[in-house]
Formats: sequence, C-alpha cells, structure tokens
Amino acid sequence: MKNYLLSLIAVIVLALIAYVGAEAATWPQYVFGIIIPYLAMTIFIMGTIRKILGWARSPVPFRIPSTCGQQKSLPWIKQSKIDNPFTFFGVIVRMVLEVFLFRSLFRNTKCKMSKGGKIFFDLEKWLWVGAIVFHWSFLVVLLRHLRFFTNPVPGCIQFLEQVDGFIQIGLPGIFLSGFALVAGAVFLLVRRIVIPQVRYISLASDYFPLFLIIGIALTGILMRYFTKVDIVGAKEILMGLVTFHPSISANINGIFYVHLFLVSILLVYIPFSKLMHMGGIFFSPTRNLANNSRAVRHINPWNYPVKVHTYDEYEDDYREKMIEAGLPVEKE
Amino acid sequence: MSNNKKIYDKGIVFTGLVIFLALITFPFWYNRGIAAPAPEPELTEKAKAAKECVLPADEMKTGHMQLLNDWRNDVVRNADRMYVNEHGKEFNMSLSNECLDCHSSKEDFCDRCHNYASVKPYCWDCHIDNPKEKM
Ligand code: HEC
Ligand code: HEC
Ligand code: HEC
Repeated sequence: MKNYLLSLIAVIVLALIAYVGAEAATWPQYVFGIIIPYLAMTIFIMGTIRKILGWARSPVPFRIPSTCGQQKSLPWIKQSKIDNPFTFFGVIVRMVLEVFLFRSLFRNTKCKMSKGGKIFFDLEKWLWVGAIVFHWSFLVVLLRHLRFFTNPVPGCIQFLEQVDGFIQIGLPGIFLSGFALVAGAVFLLVRRIVIPQVRYISLASDYFPLFLIIGIALTGILMRYFTKVDIVGAKEILMGLVTFHPSISANINGIFYVHLFLVSILLVYIPFSKLMHMGGIFFSPTRNLANNSRAVRHINPWNYPVKVHTYDEYEDDYREKMIEAGLPVEKE
Repeated sequence: MSNNKKIYDKGIVFTGLVIFLALITFPFWYNRGIAAPAPEPELTEKAKAAKECVLPADEMKTGHMQLLNDWRNDVVRNADRMYVNEHGKEFNMSLSNECLDCHSSKEDFCDRCHNYASVKPYCWDCHIDNPKEKM
C-alpha cells in the first residue's frame, strides 16, 4: 500500500478510537483524558533525555563544521564570522540563526535543465517558506495553548493572542496561526506526494507526523469554530492535569479527547522519530563546531597512547653511523 | 548508541537539559501546583426567575458568541430586532439591554469566565456595560 495512505489510515484509526471511546462511556474519558496524557508526557521526557545523553556520549573525532564562507585567515582577508565561525560566540550566533531562521534551508537549490540542454542550479525557496510558516505557526499555537495551562494567564500570552487574533471577522475571532499551521503542513505534505523525486525517498515515517499534526490542527479548529466545546470545562480538566490534581470534572465533547489523544501520540512519537531533530540540531557537528583547527589542536577522543620514536631519539641511536656516512645531523 | 560511558561537553549538555525540563514543566511551577476550578458566573434574581437562557444552558456555554454574532448581523444588516427562541419566547436582540438585563453586569458574569479562559471580547470598546446601573 502507498506510504501516505498507510499513514493517513493510521491517524484516522487513532482518532476514531478516541472518539468512539470517549463518546461511548465515562471510563474511557479517564483513560484518554488522564492516564494516556500522563504516560505520554513521561515517555516524552524520558525518551528525549535518553536520546540526548546518547548523542552526548558519541565522540566527534574531527572538526567538521560545514562552512559557507571565508575562514579566519590572515588579518587582511575578511572572515565570514557567522558562516565560518572561529569562536564559541560565533557558533552560538550561527546556531541561533539556524534554529530561528533555517538559514541552511534557505540555501536550498534545485537542479534544472536550461532550454539549451545545460544543467544548472537554481534557488528553490518554497521549501524554506513552507517550513518557516509551519514551524513558526506551530510555535505560536503551542504558546497560545498556555492559556489552558496557566491561571492567571501571563500577560505575554494574552498579548500573543491579541496579535494572533487581529482579524476580527465573525465570532469567535479568527486566530491566524491555526490556519497557517494547517496550510504549512498541507504544503509540506503535498510537496512530498506531488514531486516524484521527493515521493521516491519518502517513507511512512515522513507522512505519519504530517498527518498527525494536520489531524491535531483540524480537530482544534473544529472545536473552536464549528462543533464548539466547553472551553471553561476543558481548561478545568487541563489545569488539573498540569497541577497533578487530575479529574474529569466536566462532560466534554468527544472531539476534545481526539485532540488530546493525538497530541499524546505525538509526544510519544517524538523521541523515537525524525521529530527529534528539535534536539538533534544542537548536536549536529556540522553546525555546532567552531572552524578553528588551524589554531587549536583537537585530539581524537579515542586515541590510545602510541609508542613513538621521535627523530631526536633516532639520531641519538644512529649519530655516529650517520656522521661516518657523511649525513647531516642536528646535534654533534 | 556507543558503549562509551563518557559524556562529552557535560556543562553545555546539562545546561541544555535543564532548560528543556524547565520549559516543559513551566505550567506546573507557574501555577505552584494549584489547580484552578472553573468560575461560577453569578446569576441575578431576574435570571433565576427566568430559569432559562435564550438557548439551553449547554448551547449558551459553548456558543453564546455565535448567537451574539447572529444577533448583531440581524440588527445591523437586516434591521430586525426581535428574536424568538424555540419556546416561543421573544427577546430584544441587544447586547447591553438584553443579555445584561438578566445577567447584571459584565464584570460579575461575562468576565468571570472570560478572565479564566483569557478571552477579551472587544465589544465593550463601543457597547456599554449594564446601562441601568450606569444611569
Ligand atoms: C460559561 C462561561 C462564559 C460566560 C458566562 C460568558 N462567556 Fe463569553 N466566552 C466564553 C469562552 C470560553 C469564550 C472563548 C471561546 C473561544 O476561545 O473559542 C467566550 C467568548 C466570547 C466572545 C467571543 C470573543 C472572541 O474574541 O472570540 C464574546 C463576544 C463573548 N464571549 C461574549 C460574552 C458576553 C457578552 C457574556 C455575558 C453576557 C459572556 N460572553 C459570558 C465563556 C463565557
Ligand atoms: C431571560 C433572562 C436571560 C437573558 C435575556 C439572557 N440570559 Fe443567559 N442565562 C440566563 C439563565 C437563567 C442562565 C442559567 C441557565 C441554566 O443554568 O440552566 C443563563 C446562562 C447563561 C450562560 C451560561 C453560564 C454557565 O456557566 O452555565 C451564558 C454564557 C449566558 N447565559 C450568556 C447570555 C448571553 C450572551 C445573553 C444575550 C445573548 C444572555 N445570556 C441572555 C438568563 C438569561
Ligand atoms: C466599533 C464599535 C462597535 C464594536 C467594537 C462592537 N459593536 Fe456591536 N454595535 C455597534 C453599533 C453602532 C451597533 C448598532 C446599534 C443599534 O443600531 O442599536 C451595534 C449593534 C450590536 C448589536 C445589536 C444591537 C444592540 O443593542 O446590541 C449586537 C448584538 C452587537 N452589536 C454585538 C456586538 C458584539 C458581540 C461585539 C463584540 C464582539 C460588538 N457588538 C462590537 C458598534 C460596535
């Protein structure tokens, strides 16, 4: 079966399980609303720490920063301080820009054929645009959700809501980030399905998180604008969860449990999948190393002590024979 | 994973992990472990006497903003000020004169929920809070 159909079906089945469960009786609400979220959070935190410690234990024998500019050289040659960092500070600047702006993706190129049959590389920015829209709107959506997890809601979160909701059409007002998130994720999905080369290298594990995130976003939009959900009741449940006083204090629509269940699945899925790139970026030797191997000696961590025979010792051993043979020696 | 037990760059790695844990547990320590029960909006004598809101309470709870939107459109676009609910009861479609007639004031009723859920309807930029109390 096609990879993407498999992933789509997986997400739909998961959603149905939560919906049917939560609508059928009360006890599954405790499963989907309390037990699974706690389990998911535990697995997410433990899994992430395990993964990161695993990476931290991996030696990096060589300086392999991918450099995109002039390295530090003679004083009159201008160094590219961010693209070819020499200091730890330079690395931090480079890393921050990478994390927040995806600069390396911005350099994305595409191989094309000109009319005359010549092959050339052209800038290809759409992937960068899609990725930026997707990641930033995801961040805003995530931060906005803090209104369900904090009481009183911090001023900066309220400010974010005001900015995000500046389009006041109809009621409830529109939060742009939610729709941007769906648009971004759908773009990334369609790109994978439509472009043959990308489809060829795409696996179920590429499609699954996209469908999962689209599912989460759509159930959220459904609850806010269409089927409606008792928001005050939902917040009461979520506040109970984060303060360890769990209870299912309100009777809430099944869509809410679908939303919560899909989020739990996402949390569990993160540490064991490519989504762990959110931690992995900090451990990428091509990004997090300073290109200073001309100035600083880096020793391979798994070097074992090697018995060496230096030239001085060699000369001591053979000095007389060398002088006899008329070879130059350093010490007479 | 390698069998090697050594953790490289310990300082940076553990700083990063601490930041990660601090961020992920933000809701817990921000609330200091205190769960916040849902607010109970105060009902006035008049509302208690009426017993019923415009729509059934469940629908009002989740969908009152959509009702207000319909009311607004009917009044402003269609010049229709009368609303009849499913029990045949008539309402004058007005935010300040009808909703707040039964529901005393914005502060004791609407805002209880809205502060809890962090919503700030912009309606009050123009519409006045309970007009009778002001006069
Ligand atoms: C049961 C608690 C509750 C009460 C009481 C309540 N509201 Fe709300 N109201 C909400 C919630 C929760 C939302 C946010 C819905 C959302 O975020 O999707 C909301 C949203 C709104 C919105 C839309 C705001 C926006 O920008 O999207 C308006 C307008 C509104 N309420 C008007 C009122 C008025 C007027 C009253 C008093 C007569 C009132 N509400 C009483 C819970 C309540
Ligand atoms: C006739 C008096 C009356 C009018 C007019 C009225 N309400 Fe109500 N409202 C009530 C009563 C009574 C309740 C409690 C119903 C119940 O608990 O069954 C209520 C409940 C509510 C609730 C749910 C509160 C909760 O926590 O359960 C909301 C929200 C609400 N009203 C908003 C409005 C809005 C908005 C308007 C104007 C469109 C309005 N009401 C007009 C009498 C009224
Ligand atoms: C820019 C100012 C302004 C804002 C903001 C505003 N309104 Fe109005 N609204 C008006 C005016 C003007 C009328 C017409 C009054 C009339 O004809 O009686 C009106 C009429 C209404 C009416 C019907 C008449 C009445 O007396 O209430 C409703 C219901 C209403 N608005 C709801 C809302 C809601 C809900 C919001 C917030 C989401 C809102 N309005 C925000 C200016 C505003």
